[in-house]
Amino acid sequence: MEQFWQQLLSTTFLVALLSSCVRLAMPLLLAGLGETFAERSGILNIGIEGIMLMGAMVGFIGARVTGNAWLGLLCGILAGMLMASLHAFLSVSVGADQVVSGLSVNILSLGLSMFAFRSLYGLAGQAVKAPGFDVLPIPGLSQLPLLGPILFRQQALVYLGLLLVPVAYFVLFRTTFGQQITAAGEDPLAAESMGVDALRIRYACVLIGGATAGMAGVFLSLGELRGFSELMVAGRGFIAVAVVMFGRWNPVGALLAALLFGLADALQIHLQAFSISSIPPHLLLSLPYLITLLAVVSGIGRGFIPSALCVPYRREH
Amino acid sequence: MSRGVEGPQWSQAEGPPGKSEGSAQGRSSGPGGQPPNLAIKWLRAAGVALLAIAAAFLAASILIAILGINPIRAFGAFIQGSLGTRNGIAETLVRATPLALAGLGVAVAFRAGVWNIGAEGQIFLGALGATLVGLYLPPLPRPVHLLLVGLGGFAGGALWGGIAGFLKARFQANEIIVTIMMNYLGILLVGFLVTGPMKDASGLAPQPQTVPLIASALLPKLIPATRAHIGTLFAIAAAGVVWFMMKRTSLGYELRSSGANPDAARHVGIDVKRAVVVAMLISGGLAGLAGANEVSGVQHYLTQDISSGYGYLSIAVALFGGLEPLGILFSSLFFGAVLVGSEAMQRGLSVPIYLVYIIEGLVIISMLLRQLARRRSTV
Amino acid sequence: MPSSEQAVLRMVGISKKFPGVVANDGVDLEVRAGEVHALLGENGAGKTTLMSILCGLYHPDEGSIIWKGHPVRFASPWQAAAQGIGMVHQDFKLIQRMTVAENVMLGQPSSRRALFDAPAAAAAVERVSADFGLPIDPRTQVRQLSAGMQQRVAILRVLSGRPDLVIFDEPTSVLTPQEAESLFRMMRSLVQQGKSICFITHKLEEVMHIATRVTVLRDGKVVDTSETRLTSPRELARRMVGREVLFTVTKEPSLPRDVTLEVQNLATAGAPGQVALHDISLQVRQGEILGVAGISGNGQNELAEAIAGLRPVLSGRITIDGRETAHSHPREIINMGVAYIPDKVRQNAVFMDLDLAHNAMAKSHRGAPLAPFGVFRMRAIAAHVQRLLAAYHVRAPSQATLARQLSGGNLQRLVLARELSRAQHTPRLIIAANPTAGLDVGATEYVHTQLLEQRDLGRAVLLISADLDELLALSDRIAVLSAGHIVGTVPAGQVHLEDIGLMMGGTNAAGREPLS
Repeated sequence: MEQFWQQLLSTTFLVALLSSCVRLAMPLLLAGLGETFAERSGILNIGIEGIMLMGAMVGFIGARVTGNAWLGLLCGILAGMLMASLHAFLSVSVGADQVVSGLSVNILSLGLSMFAFRSLYGLAGQAVKAPGFDVLPIPGLSQLPLLGPILFRQQALVYLGLLLVPVAYFVLFRTTFGQQITAAGEDPLAAESMGVDALRIRYACVLIGGATAGMAGVFLSLGELRGFSELMVAGRGFIAVAVVMFGRWNPVGALLAALLFGLADALQIHLQAFSISSIPPHLLLSLPYLITLLAVVSGIGRGFIPSALCVPYRREH
Repeated sequence: MSRGVEGPQWSQAEGPPGKSEGSAQGRSSGPGGQPPNLAIKWLRAAGVALLAIAAAFLAASILIAILGINPIRAFGAFIQGSLGTRNGIAETLVRATPLALAGLGVAVAFRAGVWNIGAEGQIFLGALGATLVGLYLPPLPRPVHLLLVGLGGFAGGALWGGIAGFLKARFQANEIIVTIMMNYLGILLVGFLVTGPMKDASGLAPQPQTVPLIASALLPKLIPATRAHIGTLFAIAAAGVVWFMMKRTSLGYELRSSGANPDAARHVGIDVKRAVVVAMLISGGLAGLAGANEVSGVQHYLTQDISSGYGYLSIAVALFGGLEPLGILFSSLFFGAVLVGSEAMQRGLSVPIYLVYIIEGLVIISMLLRQLARRRSTV
Repeated sequence: MPSSEQAVLRMVGISKKFPGVVANDGVDLEVRAGEVHALLGENGAGKTTLMSILCGLYHPDEGSIIWKGHPVRFASPWQAAAQGIGMVHQDFKLIQRMTVAENVMLGQPSSRRALFDAPAAAAAVERVSADFGLPIDPRTQVRQLSAGMQQRVAILRVLSGRPDLVIFDEPTSVLTPQEAESLFRMMRSLVQQGKSICFITHKLEEVMHIATRVTVLRDGKVVDTSETRLTSPRELARRMVGREVLFTVTKEPSLPRDVTLEVQNLATAGAPGQVALHDISLQVRQGEILGVAGISGNGQNELAEAIAGLRPVLSGRITIDGRETAHSHPREIINMGVAYIPDKVRQNAVFMDLDLAHNAMAKSHRGAPLAPFGVFRMRAIAAHVQRLLAAYHVRAPSQATLARQLSGGNLQRLVLARELSRAQHTPRLIIAANPTAGLDVGATEYVHTQLLEQRDLGRAVLLISADLDELLALSDRIAVLSAGHIVGTVPAGQVHLEDIGLMMGGTNAAGREPLS
């Protein structure tokens, strides 16, 4: 038992843990950043779980067919935007209930992506391979003690995700577009009377959400898990929605929240490697979901909710 | 104040998908007088449903054709498999039963303003509760034992749903995330038990599962030499009970009021927080009955995949049924047939089973689109 | 006041239909440079619709707008602002969570730059603020400002665009009489610079006080346009309503008996961003109407909710008929015979998407006689609802009609019916908050008659209203609420409008400073 604690608190273990934490936070962060835009503009999209799967599949096939992981990423982003446009149409133009619309996009994305994959590869899908993203150490910085392995010996998509945080922050808080997004999400009627096209803003933000969800899916299929299967998203899309709230609808907060949930995921994986029979694998697997549950119950972030979130807005003429 | 994320606020939007002012079956058939043209309302609702089905099947045909399979042959196999043989009809009933029970639960929650996406987890916990009663009690007269099995299933699902309801009432926790997380937790819990403490260690079982339930805890067959069991009759009875509760009792009145406008509900003396918890207890309990149904009537033991997606599918069942008990019964039959027919298509013609999800998604989207048509016509 | 004969704005033959209602029917309007032109009419006469069309929020079905000699068609308020027409809406249309500077800058046609520069925006706001003599701190969040200050932000936003025509929609509904006077002073100075003002109101005295000319609208049509110095309030009222209007409601002198409601040193928390109640004490007796005056947002809703049990009480006592109710469950208070007609009935008291029967039986939905042991007796319910709808003249096709399909007046009758004639308990205390907001004269008269009838039947009535005329007409005594305090309680017959106005602004006998 003492050996367990010694191993647990050793530097090697902690560095490996934190490195995994950053990596595993990425799908949550990527999906969460885009969903932050969507929710700030007033649209809730719980379909990002399905959109991530769709992005994973299309990105996977794209990389396999073109032989290039980056082209696969592009395909995944486009696929994500396509599915998200359906949700945008239903939520913004039709004014349908956003939860129902999100659920239906979820189901449809799951069905379409699995239907397509199964048609192409039948039951041998598990063995199919595609070129993925390898670890890309940053010269120089990757040699730093501690920070080197944690931050600078990751895949390209991790760096991309981390860079998107300041970009998203800048767009939301320092540009007119960002101001308009906030206005559309707080009070679309007032915003429209000020010349803000709330409907177009909402469309744009949902599409941004779809793009990043597609990216998150590609991260899973070409970066983390290197393959494609029905259960690979495993609830991360829903956890991303919690990331947005816990992060107070702010990109920096989303980063911190994603790291927290990523840590739970990392703990689950690394503790399993200890093969201690007293901690059943099912309990470890439930860690990310428990942490998310506690985060939602804690109520952190709820005071920052956009006032018009989930309320359909229709223009009267 | 974003009332939207606190639950389905039908007073904000035009109502649940497929329903709008003065249309569809019976929000107006609450207490106090006959609604005009009830038959016309039902016919209109049925017409809308058929249109949605037609649109979904059309899209499905296109996809099948892309695979190089003749859609007519495919749908031939579909109809034959689900409704053409005695066994097919029995299987359709077998699938429809848990869908109807869980769908009724979803409808109760949605009507009360709570987004219960957790039917899947509640089914698992209900299955667990039923299994405990069916394994660890001595043999009893069958009706008594079945009653206890039902109570155990209801209790398991109600517990799981009640936790989510409590978290929403006490902490205003977003029930969408809570119930979805509890789905994963419920599945993991049952998985843990079935592969560990409750595992059938005899070595005879092909997969991790518990020992079979004792005979007095099993639901008798409805159609001999098939899997259809009398749980189907209980589902129909449950629909009647839910209808009565929602439309003819003070409890149902308070649940519906809380869902329609929580501010006004508070104002007329309704304890909305209590209504949320009660709604989730009932909703989870009904889903739990679906789980009990699967264990006691179909599988006869508890496995890791006692439900493969019934929970999520039941949400579509509830929405497609207009959140009304009668509509849900028909809707569950439809989706049951879709499940069985799609399996037949996969067996015979290698059409991937995931077509079910595509049909499911398209049907819901068609109903949402109906709102667009309705709005265009009134301007 | 210099006023040229030149028409700077002409609206010709404007018509606009909404589902089920003709809002404007062939309206002609002409506004001259340098004048204050009032648009007078009851609620629902079409004034706001007409101005919304003018400022670009709506498109007219028919008709044309000629602005500065050229026909124009505004696709959006932004376009109208660019051409020199701005509107200060009744509900301000501000983004509560954003700052003053952000709100003002967001609506500027000039600032279509991609980047948002917070310090520059603040400086720009300070410039406009100085130019027009309306001081404000550009960095505060709008939701932390009082109603009067929020209106100032809305005005600044419009003035930043340097408009030639400014439209005000019912601007004095949230102001004390003193604040209204300073608003009028600002309007006069604008007009002296050659601008024009269009001013929507239903208050006759304001029209006589500030307007050069007045156009009266009724049922979507123009009745008349005249110069205010050539007409009188009685004339205008007659044109507004179409018949002789009684200016006073006949009221028996009250004979108050025992105290029904006693509030002592009540303190509650406020809604987020709203004022809390501090140390409130008041009494209402059987057979009297106690009016509570004050600008909305000064604690009125909190007071009503606390008495009804819908808001937790931090300290103090509430007694109804001798029973302590400060910490009682709302249902207990309902069962004691407390009727509550809240502010904003559509949001707070009515289930818009459910039918009339459902709404009418609320509060009586538990227990005998309508639901013994929790099970409905359908015939008893149908009969009860029918009785209610008939007694209160609620016009609707059937009990199954959805509440959403009722007009404002009918909706209010429905709420009154439910509150005043419950199946189980006759009301002993009636709380009514802004019961006639948004109603036309006919419906308003009906509500007033009902409240007086309840008073004459010996019930206690607490009337909370932002409409001083209504309070003066109906109340036996008036308490003035300002910033969560009762500033004073006076008998209604012995008080002047100006005194109440001062009290509403926070000044009491001790001469406290009015709110900023």
